[in-house]
Amino acid sequence: MLTAVAALALTILPLPQWLDIVRPAFLTLTVLYWSIATPRAGGVGLGWLCGLLLDVVQGPVLGQHALALSLVSYLAVREHQRIRSKPAFQQSLIVFGALAIYEFMVFAIDGWSGHPITSPLRWIHTVTGALVWPAAAAILSQTGGRRS
Amino acid sequence: MAAFGTAAGRPLQGRGGSPGFRFTLYAALSIVVMFLDQRHGWLERARYVLQASAYPIQLAVSSPSAAWRWIHESFEAREALQAENRRLQALQRDLELRSMRFEALARENGVLRGLRDALPPVAERWLAAEIVNVQLSSLRQRVLINRGATNGVFKGQAVLDDKGLVGQTTHIGPWSAEVILITDPEHAVPVQIERTGLHTIAVGTGDTTFLALPYLPPNADIKSGDLLVTSGLGGVFPAGYPVARVTEVHRDAVQPLAQVRAAPLASIDTDRELALVWFRADHPAAPIADATGDLRAGNATLQPQAAPPHPPSASAKGPGARPTTPPASSRPRPEAAAPATPAAEEGSPAEEGPPSEARAPAAEPEMPAAPAPTAEPEVPAAPTPTPPGAPPPEEQ
Repeated sequence: MLTAVAALALTILPLPQWLDIVRPAFLTLTVLYWSIATPRAGGVGLGWLCGLLLDVVQGPVLGQHALALSLVSYLAVREHQRIRSKPAFQQSLIVFGALAIYEFMVFAIDGWSGHPITSPLRWIHTVTGALVWPAAAAILSQTGGRRS
Repeated sequence: MAAFGTAAGRPLQGRGGSPGFRFTLYAALSIVVMFLDQRHGWLERARYVLQASAYPIQLAVSSPSAAWRWIHESFEAREALQAENRRLQALQRDLELRSMRFEALARENGVLRGLRDALPPVAERWLAAEIVNVQLSSLRQRVLINRGATNGVFKGQAVLDDKGLVGQTTHIGPWSAEVILITDPEHAVPVQIERTGLHTIAVGTGDTTFLALPYLPPNADIKSGDLLVTSGLGGVFPAGYPVARVTEVHRDAVQPLAQVRAAPLASIDTDRELALVWFRADHPAAPIADATGDLRAGNATLQPQAAPPHPPSASAKGPGARPTTPPASSRPRPEAAAPATPAAEEGSPAEEGPPSEARAPAAEPEMPAAPAPTAEPEVPAAPTPTPPGAPPPEEQ
């Protein structure tokens, strides 16, 4: 839970414009990690809560990130056995896919609720998120060792 | 320790059912939440509480930069402070002289308008607010300020800085509020060109350096350097506050509309402090509260103007249809881009009241009427022999 708050802080940390675009979705990565590593403690509930917090901070509609994050964390929990056994590179690819699903959900809900942002820049963070994943997983496993 | 090794063999049906069941539950919950938030605004209360709970995190994130600024300010050199003091004193003297002149002008204006006393200024109360240095959403133009409902801030309140309009509040928490900037792609300000009185709408572009004016016909009387002020329509901003200055006007013969850009006067990307304003509701320059619906209708009628509307019916009716259309005063001047002129002509018989009050209701139907289909049947009656139903670009 503390890591989720830290990830949220990283998400709203003010950055210059160009760095902001490539900023990975730290909160999504954290939720993904916990869903894969400890499906019982993390999982769908954590995803939903974190998503709601994210909605309050930056979403135009409440429930938008909550839905997207709970979907992604559900997929991660369902496939956690298979994802864990993969090497780091393939894990990154899977994370890239999950981030793409997440961003597509947010994008679709943006459109339905009448707040569309069609700029292709919004998709960049899925790539950087996948690149950051090995490091993020390593850091999170350090904190997780103490916690569980 | 490899965290992936924990909880490996245990079944997942520990509490709350299988992940699939839980996901369905949470997904349904979030869809309900989204629906309520979007359609009815019933979750204002919940949002209020949640925003309060998120505020400590946001404050914590912004505290390093705030602390740095504080340290920087407290160790500033004495000479710099003295220089700033001198500069501020000169500025204050200058402003005092100007405000003296302003009071005289206001009295003179009141006399000219036939009022007994000069009106009090439209702004009743000011409150300075500081920007909390957090990133709300990367591709939207929002900022968080450190004033909320406990300071009396309400939703849809105008936010200014010392140079011009900045935005309006959207989500209110107890101690914080989210401000949508005028440059946000979802924001639009009803504005008036100060030189001509022409009404239009300035839309945010997502770029802090310019606004777009997408609803102007190519023959509109606008040029680079024109000042845009708020028009008072729309129910949020009072009339007469500076918004932006026109920087470039592109008139393309192929395009049905002129492409106009304007630079916001407020220094949006460097501001540290903003001002929240409360307005007198009974002041003639105050925002018209119920004009929001008209604005939306005006936007809707602006949409179909690219195609020539109903050419057969226009040619069939001809000049006979003329008396039924109300804005007959626009007939001698067939520019579709002079909405303020007929409005002023219509308002002139009822000039006893404050003019801005008389002008504002008359101008409301004028915004859609400027390039709207209703004005088109009059084209055959115009002195120039234009084909019936011709689009506005060919009239001039």
